[in-house]
Amino acid sequence: MTTISYPTFIRRPNEYVSGIWGWITTVDHKRIGTLYGVTAFLWFLVGGIEALLIRLQLAQPESSLLSPEVYNQVFTMHGTTMIFLVIMPLSAAFFNWLVPLQIGARDVAFPRLNAFSFWAFLFGGILLNLSWLTGDAPNAGWFAYAPNTEVPYNPRNGVTYWILGLQLLGIASLAAGFNFLTTIINMRAPGMSFMKMPVFIWMTAVVNVLIVLAFPIITVALIQLQFDRLYGTHFFNPAMGGDPVMWQHMFWLFGHPEVYILILPAMGIVSEVLPTFSRKPIFGYTFIVFSGIAIGFLGWFVWSHHMFTVGLGPAANSAFAVSTMLIAVPTGVKIFNWIGTLWGGSIKITTSLLFAVAFIGMFVIGGLSGVTHASPPSDAQQQDTYYVVAHFHYVLFGGSLLGLWSGIYYWWPKFTGRFLNERVGYWHFGLTFFAFNLTFFPMHWLGLDGMPRRVATYPEGMGWDISNLVSTIGSLMLGVAVIVFIYNVIYSNLRMPKTASNDPWDGRTLEWSIPSPPPHYNFDAIPEVKYRDDFWYKKYPELAHDTHGGGSDSEIQENHEVDHADIHMPDPSYYPFFLGLGLAIMVGGFIPFAGHWVVCAIGLVIFIWSFLGWSYEPVNG
Amino acid sequence: MSNIAATEDHYTSTGVDNRKLMMWIFLGSDCLFFGSFIATYLVYRNRSLAGPYPNEILDIPITTVSTFVLLMSSLAMVMGLSYVQQGRQVLGRYWTLATALLGMVFLGFQVYEFSHFAHIGLTPRTNIFGTTFFTMTGFHGAHVTFGVIWLLILAFSRLASSFKQKMLIFASFISVIIAMAGLMMTETLDVIPHMPFSLAISVTIIGILGVIASLYMLRVPDTEPAKVSKEEENLELAGLYWHFVDIVWIVIFTVVYLVSAKDGAPLL
Repeated sequence: MTTISYPTFIRRPNEYVSGIWGWITTVDHKRIGTLYGVTAFLWFLVGGIEALLIRLQLAQPESSLLSPEVYNQVFTMHGTTMIFLVIMPLSAAFFNWLVPLQIGARDVAFPRLNAFSFWAFLFGGILLNLSWLTGDAPNAGWFAYAPNTEVPYNPRNGVTYWILGLQLLGIASLAAGFNFLTTIINMRAPGMSFMKMPVFIWMTAVVNVLIVLAFPIITVALIQLQFDRLYGTHFFNPAMGGDPVMWQHMFWLFGHPEVYILILPAMGIVSEVLPTFSRKPIFGYTFIVFSGIAIGFLGWFVWSHHMFTVGLGPAANSAFAVSTMLIAVPTGVKIFNWIGTLWGGSIKITTSLLFAVAFIGMFVIGGLSGVTHASPPSDAQQQDTYYVVAHFHYVLFGGSLLGLWSGIYYWWPKFTGRFLNERVGYWHFGLTFFAFNLTFFPMHWLGLDGMPRRVATYPEGMGWDISNLVSTIGSLMLGVAVIVFIYNVIYSNLRMPKTASNDPWDGRTLEWSIPSPPPHYNFDAIPEVKYRDDFWYKKYPELAHDTHGGGSDSEIQENHEVDHADIHMPDPSYYPFFLGLGLAIMVGGFIPFAGHWVVCAIGLVIFIWSFLGWSYEPVNG
Repeated sequence: MSNIAATEDHYTSTGVDNRKLMMWIFLGSDCLFFGSFIATYLVYRNRSLAGPYPNEILDIPITTVSTFVLLMSSLAMVMGLSYVQQGRQVLGRYWTLATALLGMVFLGFQVYEFSHFAHIGLTPRTNIFGTTFFTMTGFHGAHVTFGVIWLLILAFSRLASSFKQKMLIFASFISVIIAMAGLMMTETLDVIPHMPFSLAISVTIIGILGVIASLYMLRVPDTEPAKVSKEEENLELAGLYWHFVDIVWIVIFTVVYLVSAKDGAPLL
């Protein structure tokens, strides 16, 4: 290697860069995880404010707080933000933090690509939200049905922002998907076979398979829509032989796997939290893993249940109804596995466990209302009503978000070395749980009573007034619950001492075997894995006999004095940041009026420069 | 075990190199990418409301030639990788370069086809056939272009240790550009119009001679096996990508040129 001189563009920084450049150049999976988490939380506040605006508008009939035009923009951005900028990146924060720690690796397979994923996500979110500044936020719903998104019906730039922002976010997700799959398949500690991986890692693997296979489809659909809007092609233009229903197929062929991309990480988290606080192994590990795989697999055959009212005919509708109902089976299996895990356990009640248990309950409600619209005739009544809104908030908020919050309380000591305050945590949980149901439960009967969604207001005398007011009060209380959470974070970071030991919850997986917060190289020595829940059986070797056959000869590894200078971690790099920036500028240049080919060219130059610099950057030093 | 760095590719759970595994995952993802374009094309077959229709415009013989060229580039790729694996770097580089050049010839055919169609009056805006045809084959062409650049970098930029070598690499790149410019001046491609044939052909020949001369001066002795492995890996990755793009073209060729070549105006 020494004879080869690399063309150096910027000198690769040494191991530590302090301050903001330290964060910008970082390739450490833990820091990137934190960046994902903090950014996603900030977007969560943005999306939450949008939600409150929607609820305030709907608090009373014939309200004129928001004009119909603005209302369209607000609900579109609320959905887009919560899905692409909150739940997905919050899950990505957990992937980043936990995948290397739980499989016993020092970092992900491609640390710089990992950093690039984050920057592309951040700039994609910014590009999407820049549309607010121009006054043309996207206004066609998160599903952006054609031909409503075509230029004749939507001549302003909102949809273009939406397309280009989502393209960037898609690139970020794809890069992360390649990275995590490679990491999980290839970087497991010696002895950790697939069936010894923690359930969270399994769910991460399934999610990333879905990302890798579903995002190319939306990429193509977005390219087609963009070409229609900017270059006059006719993909979704019926006047020239195109077909708007094609967009629906393309979108939901991506969109349905996407909903499993949103829920499976939370299912993985809950599957880690419940065994720890029940002091029992997960009930039916193999079943829960294969159910997760089955959900990911069946998720590809159900997309048209979003299109029951399009008129695809009875044969298609029946087929998709059956496949949709089938999905309830592996999902139900998981529910019983979680209950079985709690059953007979010595349960320790913590905020994390409360969120996890609430997850099960709320997800069951959301799942059941989901099964009701797996039936086409019943769905025909529910389509485009608040019943559907209630359904997907029970699975997305009551499911994904409660699960993620459970994970936040559970791993916070591992991430920061400090506990979140449990007393404040109970308040946070109680308020969230109560206010969530107050907000979304009335939507069930509002929907069954015929209240349409995506309509800016409703007339008096429909009997919807009280329920809507209750729902709005609930949503304001949810806002208070979020403030309680923020208070908890600030309080515990300022007031709580760094008291977290390596293993504060008596955990089962490898991340609890190392200090809290972990050193930047994670493991002194890469652990050798013998069992599922290996760390648990290293702590309690006497339990290993009856559970997993093999002898009890696994012992807690001696903490060898390891010379840390021997551990080579990848150095920080400037290029992921600039590659993401160049890409975002290039993509932003496609927006008419705001953009210009000169902008594209500047972005392209930055992109090529960073790409070459990245390629020739020496691996270390 | 303790001093295995996180990203060092010596130890992996499966024994497969991380980068190679990621390339396979990427290709799996790319299948869905092209699958979506091809599916769109098939769904929209026979739905153009205005001409030109496929049966008026598609030229199977010419595209057969370009398909053959692309297939031969895959053969060259196999040869290049095989020589590098044997430690015969010089031959390996020539075959890598041959792969890239054949890829460029394929792109030349595509440029010709696109501009020819545009002359006849088929653009992405004309009808739904134009819309789906140009986007699908265009994104395939973009993939080929990326592959060509990658292969050129692999063929030229290795072992650029001295100033002289860097200059020679630069010279060879310039020569490739000159040769391409010469090809574009010819009447068949006609990208740079109104050039006499003698000028076009001599510019092309000068470019090709420049490539050969600079590569000849750049020739390096065969390297010892220890050093080969990294080059071999790099070339193998590019090879996986190249073969994939080639396979995608076989599907597109079948779907567009063989299956739907007779598609005409819709029967209303």
